[in-house]
Amino acid sequence: MNPNNSANNRLLLITGLGTALIIAAFLSPFASKDPDGLDRVAGDLKFEHKATENTAAKQLPFAQVFAEYSLKAVSDEKLSTAVAGVIGTITTFGIAWGLGKLAVRRKSASSETKSQADERNS
Amino acid sequence: MFKIPFHLAMHVPDGFLNLPVSLCSWAIAITLIAFALNNLKSEYQERAVPLMGVCAAFIFAVQMVNFPIPGGTSGHLLGGTLAGVLLGPWAGSLVMAVVFVVQAVMFQDGGITALGANIVNMGLVGTFGGYYLYQLVRRILGQHSWLGISTGVAIAAWLSVVTASILCAIMLGLSDTVPLSVALTAMVSWHIAIGVGEALITVVAVSFIWRTRPDLIYLPISNRKLAERELANTEQN
Repeated sequence: MNPNNSANNRLLLITGLGTALIIAAFLSPFASKDPDGLDRVAGDLKFEHKATENTAAKQLPFAQVFAEYSLKAVSDEKLSTAVAGVIGTITTFGIAWGLGKLAVRRKSASSETKSQADERNS
Repeated sequence: MFKIPFHLAMHVPDGFLNLPVSLCSWAIAITLIAFALNNLKSEYQERAVPLMGVCAAFIFAVQMVNFPIPGGTSGHLLGGTLAGVLLGPWAGSLVMAVVFVVQAVMFQDGGITALGANIVNMGLVGTFGGYYLYQLVRRILGQHSWLGISTGVAIAAWLSVVTASILCAIMLGLSDTVPLSVALTAMVSWHIAIGVGEALITVVAVSFIWRTRPDLIYLPISNRKLAERELANTEQN
């Protein structure tokens, strides 16, 4: 099995991204609502009030659209979480994939010039 | 009363870390990420491009799914070890950084001033520390055996979560947000349990990939020729 086969990569893409989207859409709205690690400690040890209310992130345009992991425009809590999750998953995919593409393009550009140089010298 | 909503942790919010701690952790994060970018360019593999995207998407999604642990607390996968195992420390670190940046910037999950700290604790500890520990265990128990891989993954995943909680507690202590010893006890005791979840989920994920696309498990260049030969041998048999 050729790992660089584009059909294999397409399958990886579809199943991997698909799984992530299913998790974001259908599992995240049912996540445990118990406070997690740091939340719990901050509550128990009474330092949660030290968190800044008016954070830098809240000034960003995204804060108009998302209130943490929920889409403000959608009133149903579970649906709101699911949509936010899907948008976040796709965004994260895009940026990471784009970063990877940038790195590959630079590498193949430098190996092309090397092979052109080799041809000239032979 | 200000209540931190669920599943926004161990992402440290703005206000928990003082300026020196925040700046130092930003500096460490930026340095290691630059280092990762540089190394990534020199050993890039075409097939890793979709894998970076898929890994990032998967970790983002799974980080949203908190699982309950006894005691009325919840945990969620961090994913640093998983990213390291699949992509190696360089691409893995970049993937984790992307996840935390999107979380902080788009969803106000983790403070932007604390983003450096969050990337270091929850990402780089796993993609560097977790990755190298996992490789060490593999070398001891059997580089290409499932025993070596699964044990390495489990230990690295668990330890990376516990280490993240230790570092987090130290940062909180240094920032005078809470006394260090108290923070350490509390954070570590919860994360010893949460780490078990991380180990389980990571092992299951890696085992699925080992059975379907073992070529996707990252191999450092020096090992790759050896592995290709071994893979060719097993396919012939």
